[in-house]
Amino acid sequence: MTVETPPQVDLNAQIPEGPLSDKWQNHRFKMKLVAPQNRRRFEVIIVGTGLAGASAAATLGEMGYNVKAFCFQDSPRRAHSIAAQGGINAAKNYKNDGDSVERLFYDTIKGGDYRSREANVYRLAEVSTQIIDQCVAQGVPFAREYGGLLDNRSFGGAQVARTFYARGQTGQQLLLGAYQALAKQIDAGTVQMYPRHEMLELVVKDGRAVGIVTRNLVTGEIDRHSAHAVVLATGGYGNVFYLSTNAKGSNVTAAWRAHRQGALFANPCYTQIHPTCIPVSGDYQSKLTLMSESLRNDGRIWVPKSPDDTRPPDQIPDEERDYYLERRYPAFANLVPRDVASRAAKRMVDDGYGVGELKNGVYLDFGDAISRLGRDVIEARYGNLFEMYEKITGEDPYKVPMRIYPAVHYTMGGLWVDYNLMSNIPGLFVTGEANFSDHGANRLGASALMQGLADGYFVLPATLPNYLADMLGTTPESVDDPAFAAAEEEVRERVNKLLSINGTRSVDWFHRKLGKTLWDYCGMSRTAESLTQAMKEVESLQEQFWSDVRVLGDNESLNQSLEKAGRVADFFELGALMCRDALHREESCGGHFREEHKTPDGEALRDDDNFAYVAAWQFAGAGNEPCLVKEDLNFEHVKPSQRSYK
Amino acid sequence: MALNLTLRVWRQARPEATGRFETYEATDISEDSSFLEMLDVVNERLSDDGEEPIAFDHDCREGICGSCGVVINGRPHGPLERTTTCQLHMRHFTSGDTITIEPWRASAFPVLRDLVVDRSTLDGIVQAGGYVTAPTGAARDANSILVPKSASDTAMDAAECIGCGACVAACPNGAAQLFTAAKVSHLNLLPQGQPERWSRVSDMVDRMEDYFGSCTNYTECEAACPKGISVDFIAMMNKDYLKARFKDRRRQGQSG
Repeated sequence: MTVETPPQVDLNAQIPEGPLSDKWQNHRFKMKLVAPQNRRRFEVIIVGTGLAGASAAATLGEMGYNVKAFCFQDSPRRAHSIAAQGGINAAKNYKNDGDSVERLFYDTIKGGDYRSREANVYRLAEVSTQIIDQCVAQGVPFAREYGGLLDNRSFGGAQVARTFYARGQTGQQLLLGAYQALAKQIDAGTVQMYPRHEMLELVVKDGRAVGIVTRNLVTGEIDRHSAHAVVLATGGYGNVFYLSTNAKGSNVTAAWRAHRQGALFANPCYTQIHPTCIPVSGDYQSKLTLMSESLRNDGRIWVPKSPDDTRPPDQIPDEERDYYLERRYPAFANLVPRDVASRAAKRMVDDGYGVGELKNGVYLDFGDAISRLGRDVIEARYGNLFEMYEKITGEDPYKVPMRIYPAVHYTMGGLWVDYNLMSNIPGLFVTGEANFSDHGANRLGASALMQGLADGYFVLPATLPNYLADMLGTTPESVDDPAFAAAEEEVRERVNKLLSINGTRSVDWFHRKLGKTLWDYCGMSRTAESLTQAMKEVESLQEQFWSDVRVLGDNESLNQSLEKAGRVADFFELGALMCRDALHREESCGGHFREEHKTPDGEALRDDDNFAYVAAWQFAGAGNEPCLVKEDLNFEHVKPSQRSYK
Repeated sequence: MALNLTLRVWRQARPEATGRFETYEATDISEDSSFLEMLDVVNERLSDDGEEPIAFDHDCREGICGSCGVVINGRPHGPLERTTTCQLHMRHFTSGDTITIEPWRASAFPVLRDLVVDRSTLDGIVQAGGYVTAPTGAARDANSILVPKSASDTAMDAAECIGCGACVAACPNGAAQLFTAAKVSHLNLLPQGQPERWSRVSDMVDRMEDYFGSCTNYTECEAACPKGISVDFIAMMNKDYLKARFKDRRRQGQSG
């Protein structure tokens, strides 16, 4: 199918009028409603059942809408939100340490290096408190004080303790809360659940999103589903790097298919590298494992002062250790934001101070905390993380410091959405990590869970009816419509093509090559030269993929190679766009670090005069250069400044 | 040090197909790799030889999503206690070992392909009542509900269940008591779970019995559980179930 160059899109973020603190409440009042008895006349498709998807499906189902929910996993409970460890932020100020909605808003804007929308971030901070109320009402077993009240801890980029947590499994408990609410609706019949189904195409008719095409991952059946609106809650694209902390199945396909159908992809180069992951240990490595940021509350990060020091860590005296974060950032010390901590670790390892056999990590040491607080306290706080570390590395972190190194963790970029979480395709909504909206160029720890649940429980259920209200009395598009037939044909062609190449290299071989290229040239630090090189390599690798990949088996059965192949095919196109975006952004901000743009002491140097905008890319047909559409960011409430954590 | 192993792997093309064991040599396996990474390496080689890779469920590879799980030498998730298959590392095996790898074996978990089974019956149990009815937006301030730390901690012990199904696979009866009890106890221990306490336990247990075998206290489930969930929760569930059945609590206004 040839795609003509589309007309340039005019982006309107639909930010409500009025003072920042009143915008959401005013907007809520102005939005149209759908009366309870009319809600059952509407069909809504939700793709993805992580925090953003499951909470939205449960809430909309409960409100009375007919929801169809899809996930590629065998159960909605397995979405990758489940793996979030540390916690969820909320401006409750239960610790009486000066927190407020205003402060959470400010920390998040600053943490994002002034590359997010004020109005969205303020709303996020505003609904954060309701999220905790909602989750507690559902029975989420957050950590408690002896008196029965909720406990909090600190996370990076904040000087208050506003993070709620459930041991080291906060994501699991929040997701189970949403999953249980979803289960209730499935039993009630308001939500129809399609596990082991993967969305492979978005159907657009007359400029509106009207449905999706899915593949049943067990039988290979390709089905058409229509609805009044489609919500993508399909997570981030960190797996483009092959090695990341994402689940193996996490992918960009649903978002990328929507992008190819006209949805703009915003800030793809904003990827978050998490500072505390277990370093790579060999070629067989299939993923990287995160050690929660919460560990930085009690762990101290250091490297030996001498790069040639080969003594075991416990034999290196204190004065011969460089606690480089405490030295360089005394105010935030080991709790600087993720981008800052990651780059500092990279610098140490690049300069030859790395520890471990491969000299590819830095120490995260609990020795002081254990002697101060006792092993029991540390075990109660982080026991499961310590256990996981020991299982993976074979080393006991109660005795030997952990070795950590940054790894790809989260993607701030994603499909462009307006204040209502609607993309530039009417009827296509995008929530959670899949959209670009709230974290700017860097996300603070414990804010992803907050955003996923804010979008799913509170924002989308308020903004979606505003879109649906005008469609009252209409039925969803017939699945016999030519637009559905064409989308299905597209899917079948792609599947058949992948199965027929029958080349010599496995899908994983290509994925690893792609990931390494992006990590080396478009990873923690980037240059114009490296990015240009990456674009060339990605292109040639992509060509090789389409002529030499080997996907065995057929479509009509459970075929994991085929699933992976489709996802990797889309990662090539996304990877090229990431490099293009990183190349065009001639500044450093948050997770995007261009070596050409840094302060004399090596910190990120923004260029607010020229780059205070959202870069939204429009697909212009395979092989054509995408068009850049800019949404200017206007800061009325906070004044962008050089971020300082010193 | 690299390991050389012999694998006996259950292969089954489709749900209705007849399965069989196939033998593969897994040579030069790094002892630092995980069990699933070992299977990745084997699959890569199978694919190079033109044979379809072994299908197995997996996703997070951090021991939390509950996707993975195979029976290794007769034990669900393998020889290590409190460990999912993805967190089992090859350093726990010895060169020359023969490893038998099978899918979960339970009539409630039909095999879909190779090592992949259908566990949707576990979702069905949760749908029957494994939730607190809490409409979005209606909640009061979180700190207005006091939860004793001990209750909260015990609820969390139960809530840690990852829903992998190893308990069912380990049970000679194919019973799902530990899974069900974990969810029942998580919610029944908390103040928020009290209004639906009795209907929850009745509905979930009844749904469970539609699909699964009966518990006869082998307690193999606890031994296999990667999260070490205690069989004490089964006793708590049984107590609540008995109470719920003994008196019709609904008539007394104690249940919705």
